[in-house]
Amino acid sequence: MSRVDVKKTYKLYIGGKFPRSESGRSYEVYAAPSGRARAGATPRFLANAAQGSRKDARDAVTAARAAQPGWASATAYNRGQVLYRVAEVMESRRPQLVQEVRDAEGLTAAAAEAVVSQAIDRWVWYAGWSDKYVQVLGGLNPVAGPYFNISASEPTGVVAVLAPQASSLLGLVSVIAPAIVSGNTVVVVTSADRPLPAITLAECLATSDVPGGVVNIISGRAGEIAPWLASHRDVNAIDLAGAAGAEGVDWAALEEASADNLKRVVRPAGTGAEAVEPDWTETPDLSRLTAFLETKTVWHPKGR
Amino acid sequence: MPTFEYAPAPESRSVVDLRTSYGLFINGEFVDGGGTAFKSISPATEEVLAEVSEATDADVDAAVKAARTAYTRVWSRMSGADRGKYLYRIARILQERAREFAVLESLDNGKPIKESRDVDIPLAAAHFFYNAGWADKLEFASLGPNPRAHGVVGQIIPWNFPMLMLAWKIAPALATGNTVVLKPAETTPLTALLFAEVCQQADLPPGVVNIVTGAGPTGQAIVDHAGIDKLAFTGSTGVGKMIARAIAGTRKKATLELGGKAANIVFDDAPIDQAVEGIVNGIFFNQGHVCCAGSRLLVQESIADEVERRLKRRLDTLRVGDPLDKNTDVGAINSRAQLDRIVALTDAGESEGAERWDNGCELPSKGFWFRPTVFTGVTQTHRIAQEEIFGPVLSVLTFRTPQEAVAKANNTPYGLSAGIWTEKGSRILWMADQLKAGVVWANTFNKFDPTSPFGGYKESGYGREGGRHGLEPYVKTGA
Amino acid sequence: MSTTTDTPVAAAVDATARARDLLGVSRLTNQALTTWLHGLPGVDQVGCEARAAALATRSIKTTSKQWAIDLAISMIDLTTLEGADTPGRVRGLAAKALLPDPSDHSTPRPAAVCVYGDMVATAKEALGASGVKVAAVATAFPSGRASMAVKLADTRDAVRAGADEIDMVIDRGAFLSGDYLTVFNQIAEVKKACGDARLKVIMETGELVTYDNVRRASWLSMLAGGDFIKTSTGKIQPAATLPVTLIMLEAVRDWRDLTGEMVGVKPAGGIKTSKDALRFLVTVNEVAGEDWLSNQWFRFGASSLLNDLLLQRQRMTTGAYSGASYIADDSPSTAY
Repeated sequence: MSRVDVKKTYKLYIGGKFPRSESGRSYEVYAAPSGRARAGATPRFLANAAQGSRKDARDAVTAARAAQPGWASATAYNRGQVLYRVAEVMESRRPQLVQEVRDAEGLTAAAAEAVVSQAIDRWVWYAGWSDKYVQVLGGLNPVAGPYFNISASEPTGVVAVLAPQASSLLGLVSVIAPAIVSGNTVVVVTSADRPLPAITLAECLATSDVPGGVVNIISGRAGEIAPWLASHRDVNAIDLAGAAGAEGVDWAALEEASADNLKRVVRPAGTGAEAVEPDWTETPDLSRLTAFLETKTVWHPKGR
Repeated sequence: MPTFEYAPAPESRSVVDLRTSYGLFINGEFVDGGGTAFKSISPATEEVLAEVSEATDADVDAAVKAARTAYTRVWSRMSGADRGKYLYRIARILQERAREFAVLESLDNGKPIKESRDVDIPLAAAHFFYNAGWADKLEFASLGPNPRAHGVVGQIIPWNFPMLMLAWKIAPALATGNTVVLKPAETTPLTALLFAEVCQQADLPPGVVNIVTGAGPTGQAIVDHAGIDKLAFTGSTGVGKMIARAIAGTRKKATLELGGKAANIVFDDAPIDQAVEGIVNGIFFNQGHVCCAGSRLLVQESIADEVERRLKRRLDTLRVGDPLDKNTDVGAINSRAQLDRIVALTDAGESEGAERWDNGCELPSKGFWFRPTVFTGVTQTHRIAQEEIFGPVLSVLTFRTPQEAVAKANNTPYGLSAGIWTEKGSRILWMADQLKAGVVWANTFNKFDPTSPFGGYKESGYGREGGRHGLEPYVKTGA
Repeated sequence: MSTTTDTPVAAAVDATARARDLLGVSRLTNQALTTWLHGLPGVDQVGCEARAAALATRSIKTTSKQWAIDLAISMIDLTTLEGADTPGRVRGLAAKALLPDPSDHSTPRPAAVCVYGDMVATAKEALGASGVKVAAVATAFPSGRASMAVKLADTRDAVRAGADEIDMVIDRGAFLSGDYLTVFNQIAEVKKACGDARLKVIMETGELVTYDNVRRASWLSMLAGGDFIKTSTGKIQPAATLPVTLIMLEAVRDWRDLTGEMVGVKPAGGIKTSKDALRFLVTVNEVAGEDWLSNQWFRFGASSLLNDLLLQRQRMTTGAYSGASYIADDSPSTAY
C-alpha cells in the first residue's frame, strides 16, 4: 500500500509570516486542463488557497511600509545578492515549481521546465541590475554655473502589484523583481485561478534572505482586493499587469482611484481600453524597473 | 545725514509693441477663437494690457488636428538634425528679443524685471538651446530601444513662470519629434502669444506649435481630446489629480509637475549670511509663486533667534513695488484670486496662533500686493505649515536633531524640493538621502538649469523635466 | 547715526584685556583666538559672490546718483604710493584734494591724501587746516616683512610728522600659519603707537585667498583695536573686490551687534569707475546700513577713481558727456 502523502497548506505571505486570511476564507484551486485532457473531464482539485481580503491587503501595506526604509537603505550589492539568492533557492525547489506551474498552466513537463528556468534566470538578470541602473540612469549634470549637480534614482516606496493571471510564475517574477531590486517593497495580489506557484515562491523568498515585508503575497481575487490597494494613500505606485483577464477588474477605475494620491501607475499592456497579458518570455527592458523610481537631483555650490 | 534713496529706475516699456487683441495661434496663423474674449491685465496696476481669445472645444479640436497633420506630414518625417536646427533658431530669436520678452513678462505677470531679465527669459532660451542638441541624438540618450515621438502633445502651463514653463514644455516635445498644443494660463497669456510670432520668424512649419488661450474649460478640452497622445501639466496638485482621473483607462501619458511645501533646513553650523540669502531667495523669489519655494523654514533651535533677527533685518532691505523698476525685489501678486488666497491663509495662520511679522513697507495703491511676511512659532499642524500658500509668506519651525528635521521635512503629502544649510559635508549627503524630494538644494536654493532634472515625489507629481530625464516622457520605446 | 567723533574708539582700552573679556578666557592664547575665530560662521563662496553680484545690479539714477557720486568723492583716500613719489607730486595730489574740480567749486573734497611716511610732512603742510586728512602707510608697507621695532618706529615717525591716520599691514605669513596671537599683538602695539591717529588695518585679502580667512582676519583686526579694516595694499591682485568688501561689511555690522562699536571699512585698489564705486555704496547701504554711509566709516583707497567720479559729476551737471581734457589733474592718466 502506497504511503499517504502530506499535503501542503497554501497560506498568505505578509510581513515575512504565513498567516491564513484574517477573513477565514479559502477557495478551491483546480489544475488547468492539460493538452491531453478530454473535454468535459472533471477538473483536478489541487488545494484550498487562502482567499485574501481587503484587511489582509491593509496589513500587507503596513508590513511593506515598515520594511521599505530598511530595504532601500541596504547596499545595492546586498540587494543584488539577495535577489540572486532567490534564484538559488528556486533552483533547489525546481521539481516542485515545475509541477505547480504544470498544474497551474496546463503545460507539458518540458514547457513547465522552460518556464521555471526562465523565471529563475529573470531573478539573476534583475539581481545584476541592482548596482548598475543608478549609474545607467543618472549622473552628473553639467549645469551652467559653479555647482555640483547630480541626479540619482531612488525607489518610489510601496508598490501594489496585480500579478498576471495567466503566467503564474514567470509573469509573477517579471513584475516583482523589477519593483524590489531598487528598494521598493511590494504587495502582490496573485493570479486568482493560479495562485499556488506564487505561494511556493513566497516560501523561496522566506528562505532566501529577503527581509520580511519586502514582498507580501496575497492569494485571492484582484477584483475584490485591487480597489482597496488603488485607493490606499500609503501606496505609492501600482502595477496593473494582472488586470488582463482578471474577473471583475476594471483597470480604468483602478487608475482613477490611484489618482487620489497620484500613484505612479503601470497600465496593463494592450491598446485602448483592452488589457492583454504580454509575452513574459521576451527579454525585458528597463521600463518596469524605471516605473517605480524617483529621480532625485542634488545641487551644491563649488567654492574654496 | 540723508538716506540713500534709490530713485525709480524703470525699464522702458517701449520695447514691447502690444496689440489690442490677440487670437489663437493655430496652424501657423492667428485666428479668432470661438469663445468669449477675456482681458489680460497688469497685476501691478490693473491696467488692461490686451484682449485675448478664448478657445472653445472646436478651436482646441482645430489645434489638435493641425498638430496631427503637421506631425504626420512634416515633423515626423523630418530628420532630427533639421528639427534641432529649428530649435536653435528659436533659441537665438529668444536671445535677440530677450528684453522685449522680459518686459512683457513683467507687465503681464507682475514679477520684477530683474528676474524676468536675468532668470526667466535667459533660461527659456537655454532650454531651447539644450534640447535642440538632443533632436538628432535620441538613440544615445539611454531612453530604451528605438525612441520615437508619441505624436501630439497637449501642454498646460501655469502663470508663475509663463515663458520659462513654455520652454520647459515645448523644447523637449519638439526635440523628440512631437507636435504641440499649448495652453498658457489665463492670467498670463501674452508671452506665449509673442512666442507664436517667434515660431513664425523661425519659419517653424505650421501646426508644429499651436497656442490656444483660455481658462479651465479650454484646458479640459485639451485633456479630454482623443487626438492627444500625451499631456504635460504644471500647476496645482488639485488640477493634477483631475487630469490623472480624466485620462485613467486611456493610453494617454502624462507628466505632472505640481505643488510643494518645501522645507529649507538650517543647521547651527550653516554659513549664516548665505543661509539668510537662501531663505530669502527660497520664499520671496517671484513673490513666492514658486512650486518649489522654501516655504517652511526649519531652523535648529540653538540658532533660531539669531536667524530670525538676521532674516528680519534682511527683509527690511527688500524693495517691493513696480515690477518694471530694476531695483524691485518683490513684485505684484499675480491676480486678485491669488491675493485672496494668500490673505485667507495668512489670516488662518494668525488665528491658529502663529506670530505674524512683515516688513511694513509701503504698497502701491492699485494692483495686487502683499508684504513679505514671516510667521514664527509655527507648528506642523498649522495650516500655513501644511498648505501651499504660493505667496511671499514664510513659516518658521524649529528642530533639535537631524532626525527631527528629516521627519518634519517629510511630513507632508508633497515632495518637490528641499534645502539644507550646513558646512558639514557628510550631514549634507545623509540629509539628501533621507529627504523625500525630487530636488535637494544644499547650501543654495532655487537654482535651475536645462541640464538638471526637475520634478517631485508623492503628490508633487510624476515625471521629470529638464536634462536627459526630461526627454523620457516624450518618447515611446521598444519594437 | 552713532558717534561721529574722531577719537578712536578703543584707544583707551587695553586690547588684550578686552579680548579676554569678549572671548571669556582668563589668558589670551593663540588657542583661544583660534577657537574663537574658527567658531565664526563659514562663508560659502558661491553664495557670497552671488549676493555681491545681485547688489551690483542695483540701478542708481538721477538724484540718488548725484548724491552718491558726491558721497563717493568725499570717501576717497586719494593715494600715491610709488617709489617715484616726490614732494612735488604729493603737493600736486594735495592741491587736487583741495580743489578736485576747478570748474565746479561745489565739488566735495576727498577724505584724505594717503602717502608713504616720508611724505607726511609735505602732505600735511599742503593740506593745512582744510580738514582733508593725511593718511600714511606704515609697518614696512606693503610686505610687512620687518621687525616689530622697525614697524613701530615707522608708525611713530608718521604720527610725529602729523599723520591723522595710519594704514598698517598685517603679517599675512603669521596669519596663514595660524599664528593669530602674533597678528593680534602687532595690531595692538601699532594701535598704541598711533596715539590719536586712527588705525586702518590692511589685511591684504588677495593673499588670504579665502572668504573664511577674510572674515577671520576682519574679526581679529577689530578685536585687536583697528579703527578701520582695509582690503589691500594695492600692490597685490586681486585687491578690493565687491564680495570681499561684502564680507568685511558683514563683519563690522556683526561686530557692532556684539560690542556696540562701529569700525570702518576701506576697500583699496582696483576701484576705478563711478559705476564700481556706486556698487560699493549700495553694498554698504544694504549690508552694514546707512550708518556707514559717511567718510567717517567708509573709504575708497583709490587714485584714478576720483577723476571718473568727476567726469560723471560734470555729465550730470552739464547734461553732456565729458572727457579727460576737462578734468584738471597734476598727473593726468589716459586710463580712467
